[in-house]
Amino acid sequence: MISLTPKVMGSSLVTVLRFLLLIIAALALIEFVLYTLFHRRPKNLLFGLLALAVTIALILTFVRIVWPSQGLDMVRKVLIGVALVLADVGLYRMLSVPRKSTVGLAYLLLAPSLIGISALVLYPFVYNVFLAFTNMGMTTIRTYTFSIQNGLANFRSVFTGVVAHDATFWQVLGRSILWTGINVVCHLAGGMGLALLLNRNLRFKGIYRTLLVFPWAIPQTIACMSLRNEFNYQYGFVNSLVRSVGLTAIPWLTKMPWAFVAVIISNVWLGIPFMMVTLLGGLQSISPEYYEAAEIDGASKWQQFRNVTIPLIKPVTTPSIILGTVWTFNALNVIYLITQGGPQEKTDILVSSLYKAAFEFYRYGFAAAFALVIFAFLLIFSVVYIKASGGLKAAYE
Amino acid sequence: MKTSAFFSRTRGDSGFKRLLIHLVLIMACIVAVYPILRIFSISIRPGDSMLSTDLSIIPDNATLNSYRQVLFGDPATKRKSDFFLWLWNSLVITLTTATIGVILSSSAAYAFSRFKFHGRSAGLIFLLTTQMIPAGMLLLPLYMMLTRLKLINTYLGLIIAYSVSAVPFSIWLLKGYFDTIPPDLEEAAMIDGTSRLGAFYRVILPLSTPALAVAFLFNFTSGWSEYLVARVVLQKAAMYTWPLGIWTYAGQYTLAAGRFAAASMLLALPSMALFLYSSKWLVSGLTLGGVKG
Repeated sequence: MISLTPKVMGSSLVTVLRFLLLIIAALALIEFVLYTLFHRRPKNLLFGLLALAVTIALILTFVRIVWPSQGLDMVRKVLIGVALVLADVGLYRMLSVPRKSTVGLAYLLLAPSLIGISALVLYPFVYNVFLAFTNMGMTTIRTYTFSIQNGLANFRSVFTGVVAHDATFWQVLGRSILWTGINVVCHLAGGMGLALLLNRNLRFKGIYRTLLVFPWAIPQTIACMSLRNEFNYQYGFVNSLVRSVGLTAIPWLTKMPWAFVAVIISNVWLGIPFMMVTLLGGLQSISPEYYEAAEIDGASKWQQFRNVTIPLIKPVTTPSIILGTVWTFNALNVIYLITQGGPQEKTDILVSSLYKAAFEFYRYGFAAAFALVIFAFLLIFSVVYIKASGGLKAAYE
Repeated sequence: MKTSAFFSRTRGDSGFKRLLIHLVLIMACIVAVYPILRIFSISIRPGDSMLSTDLSIIPDNATLNSYRQVLFGDPATKRKSDFFLWLWNSLVITLTTATIGVILSSSAAYAFSRFKFHGRSAGLIFLLTTQMIPAGMLLLPLYMMLTRLKLINTYLGLIIAYSVSAVPFSIWLLKGYFDTIPPDLEEAAMIDGTSRLGAFYRVILPLSTPALAVAFLFNFTSGWSEYLVARVVLQKAAMYTWPLGIWTYAGQYTLAAGRFAAASMLLALPSMALFLYSSKWLVSGLTLGGVKG
């Protein structure tokens, strides 16, 4: 066991700073290359072709000769690579003239996140597709094979076999839909109710808002771990409350359907503040003139809500409903830290079964196929919802 | 707030109705806050009444013993405390990822907000699509990648795994905010001789403090209390972040419950303070790219 000493702190800072410098250097090189590409053009076609040919030749030299060579260590290889890039850019500068670009800067600004997302989201995603067509598992971690048959077998067992220990895909899917539906409806209703109450001239408004945001402010891990203890049959405060009103204690966490009710209560509690804050932001952006006009026309409070508030905060509700749905669907933390899917996987939702399939049952190929199926479900839902509501148009056009 | 005209609507609220609204809000506040106060009350329970069904916030014989054990170790069993080690590991990892995340997302968001380039709307939709990737799907490939790069059980492994997780959402958030800033401001600055980038740096970024704060907060919290990825990437106790650490306390309803609660309070208070401090920016920063004008 290492305890924290100034030496440990120093060495960890050095590691991190070295890493950051490395990233900055790499990004600077890439940005420099991109800048040259976007803001210069070849003097004529011949020079352009020449530059292209030299570039290809240099890439080939690097990939074929420098990278595989045995005599060079990693650092030398990278340094040679950088030198080759700089030489190539230098040559291109000689063969080109400056030009004015209006969108070049946009690509330069995008490049860092694009590289990051490609390496850490896109590449793992593609690799996951590859895994879905292998039979990789605990015993075949080195000897796995890639074939269409494996892929078909994986997808078939997603739909026909068990996904973790004894729950089937269809059971878990049904439960996930129920889970997401109940949660999002409660989040929306609770969030909207509180936002409407707070969106008026009220004493202590600031205090109420601060206190109501608490469940969002507390780190989710802490909230989930301690809620798990509070649903304890003997000592949790939930059962103390139940007993104090004269009812018999409820076996949360060990009996269905109580375990499922317990995770839903926890997630509703955790999720209402986000909806409340976004909806309150939406409500405050509605100009009061609309309500004045509606009042002059004799609209009741309900009619005003129905025909003025709802349509006007749609630009806020649509993205928050999509995000809320996706986040709830993906609420692995809540399920895993409170019930761990128990009892007997009866509270597992798709993502927690997926985590188990990969990291407790080590069925890597199967888990990859399973993940793709879940992704397809979420994607289809979002496309249908966005198309049906039309509320995202304003945001990206 | 500039919404005073709107509130004239509520002029008609009778005293009874206002009382009712206050009652509902007070009830809601109790529901929101009680479970958190409860952690506090367990943290100051004396060791012999850890297993109690008492519902009051301040227990009898309240003691700070659990805090002492968490911070300085337990003299009875000679167990040293790892609390500061966990805290340090978490801080190094999350501050680095949040910094990287905000820099990446603010520059990309500016490009999405101010330039019309090929693939712009496709890019924004792609970013939204990445949010549909189920939790855990990318963990296995990432784990294999990190193993191959020999980054398991290192800070860098977890920093890399976290670094872009909140970026797509932050880009949407910041783009929505930049959209509300009139372009005339940058044009004026550019006429005065700054470059486009200079205008971004000197005009847009200072005006976007609320949104940048929210983006930083999102990037920070997405890693700060993350448990499941950390569990896979960090297996050595010396590298534990605090969520992994306090999990060793959680789970049983014994003496450890007091230590767990005390550690939770110590960790939750600063992050909640940060969150609530920036909550004045939350409403204006969190327009989710939807509200215009």
